[in-house]
Amino acid sequence: MSMKNYRYDSGFSFTRVGALILRYTYLLRSSWPRLLELVYWPTVQMLTWGFIQVYISGASGRAAFAVGTLIGAMLLWDVLFRSQLGFSVSFLEEIWARNIGNLLMSPMRPSEFITALIIMSLVRLAIGLGPVAVMATIFFGFNYFALGISAALFFANLVLTGWAVGLFVSGLVMRLGLGAESLAWTVMFVLLPLTSVYYPVTILPTWLQPVAWSLPPTYVFEGLRALLIDHQIRLDLMAEAFALNIVLFAAASLAFRILLERAREAGSLMQMGE
Amino acid sequence: MTENSPPAIEIRELQKRYSGVLAVCGFSFSLARGEVLGLLGGNGAGKTTTIGMIMGLVLPSAGSVKVFGIDMAKDRYAVLPRMNFESPYVDMPHRLTVRQNLEVFGRLYGVQNIKKRIIELARELHLEEFLDRESGALSAGQKTRIALAKSLINEPDLLLLDEPTASLDPDTADWVRTRLETYRKAHGASILLASHNMAEVERLCDRVIIMKAGTIADEGTPQILIERYGRHSLEEVFLDVARAPATHGAAA
Repeated sequence: MSMKNYRYDSGFSFTRVGALILRYTYLLRSSWPRLLELVYWPTVQMLTWGFIQVYISGASGRAAFAVGTLIGAMLLWDVLFRSQLGFSVSFLEEIWARNIGNLLMSPMRPSEFITALIIMSLVRLAIGLGPVAVMATIFFGFNYFALGISAALFFANLVLTGWAVGLFVSGLVMRLGLGAESLAWTVMFVLLPLTSVYYPVTILPTWLQPVAWSLPPTYVFEGLRALLIDHQIRLDLMAEAFALNIVLFAAASLAFRILLERAREAGSLMQMGE
Repeated sequence: MTENSPPAIEIRELQKRYSGVLAVCGFSFSLARGEVLGLLGGNGAGKTTTIGMIMGLVLPSAGSVKVFGIDMAKDRYAVLPRMNFESPYVDMPHRLTVRQNLEVFGRLYGVQNIKKRIIELARELHLEEFLDRESGALSAGQKTRIALAKSLINEPDLLLLDEPTASLDPDTADWVRTRLETYRKAHGASILLASHNMAEVERLCDRVIIMKAGTIADEGTPQILIERYGRHSLEEVFLDVARAPATHGAAA
């Protein structure tokens, strides 16, 4: 056997994670519509909710709206939605390109693939929401970064939920094919009314409130309102959200693993694509 | 390599069942190191499913697949860096240039000095002129060369090829076959080749397995098979086997 020109990392390999990130970076760089799409919708959302907030504040005279409950909630909702979408779309790029077989046949491990998808979700979030957060400060005087430690805790909890949902949806696409693709774009919206993004949980019917409290983002949005309206940092809410997120992410990882095995059993990985 | 080295591929009683239908009916074969083995069979004979199981993309319903002595069901990651494949069922990302694609796969396979390896491959496979063009903008023949380059990026000891010259014009197909012969001679690689092209199999393969309805209908060297059936070419042998009544379950 000749001496080979490769080095095999038997465990988790950051080199392979880096290779995948390089692949997605090349893709983003090659396509300005992809970059524009990242910024476009969050900007439209921010402007819409910003003006609604200005209108309601003026009409009702309620100072509480002036401190940014609506625009803050909108920004956090987009962190949740975009973290899931960033994860899922990077995964879907492999399906659309009919490249998933190449990847799964390579020495890349699923854990490395997931790590790369998580990192790319953060990159896409930074590209999409970074400028929008700055614009919210300039246009409406809402500075997300001024929320300090709370901003970091809100962000961490929401991206964890987003990744868990993204992982589960990716597993479904792997098992069921592109027929399940629409879930990547729509599944998160079921959380919009349930997690009380724009109103307190107490607005929900009593029977629905336990459902809301079983979802980690509910704690984040309640925490945001507590901070902006009552000027309280609710670390208890953040801790509960984090505990729920750990369970959710572990369940999604297990589901992804099971769905990957089912896809291998069904032979669906061999002919996956457009 | 020692006398006791395990074969490149060792398959035992391999079976695959899809929703109650047997696609691969429990056969065994092996591929020796340095050998080129052809898998011949009509559509639905079970060739692609067999290759999928060897790669680990498809889980067998029963039986085992060992590659270089390593059980693919238990430790496929230990042997994947020594393998590679080309198949019409996968593609390279279209928006990336050829060079970018090869760089990404080089890194995934842990190739050292990737830039040098890409230049080597570009020279060997005549890719220089479109190395910096987007992969999706290339012709079918050029894409096949890119897929071949990707399959050789890690200088694999085992190459799995599923219809590598399908939909290519005769000139390009001949060019691909020549490159495969060259690679095999230079690296002593083992190659498993699934194909519908009899001339290709006759030219490249040391041994041939003819599959039918998920079973091995016959096997031998191309010359022995031609003599056994009293025919002039492998194509005539294939037609004899294909038209004989099937004795086993249906294939997927």
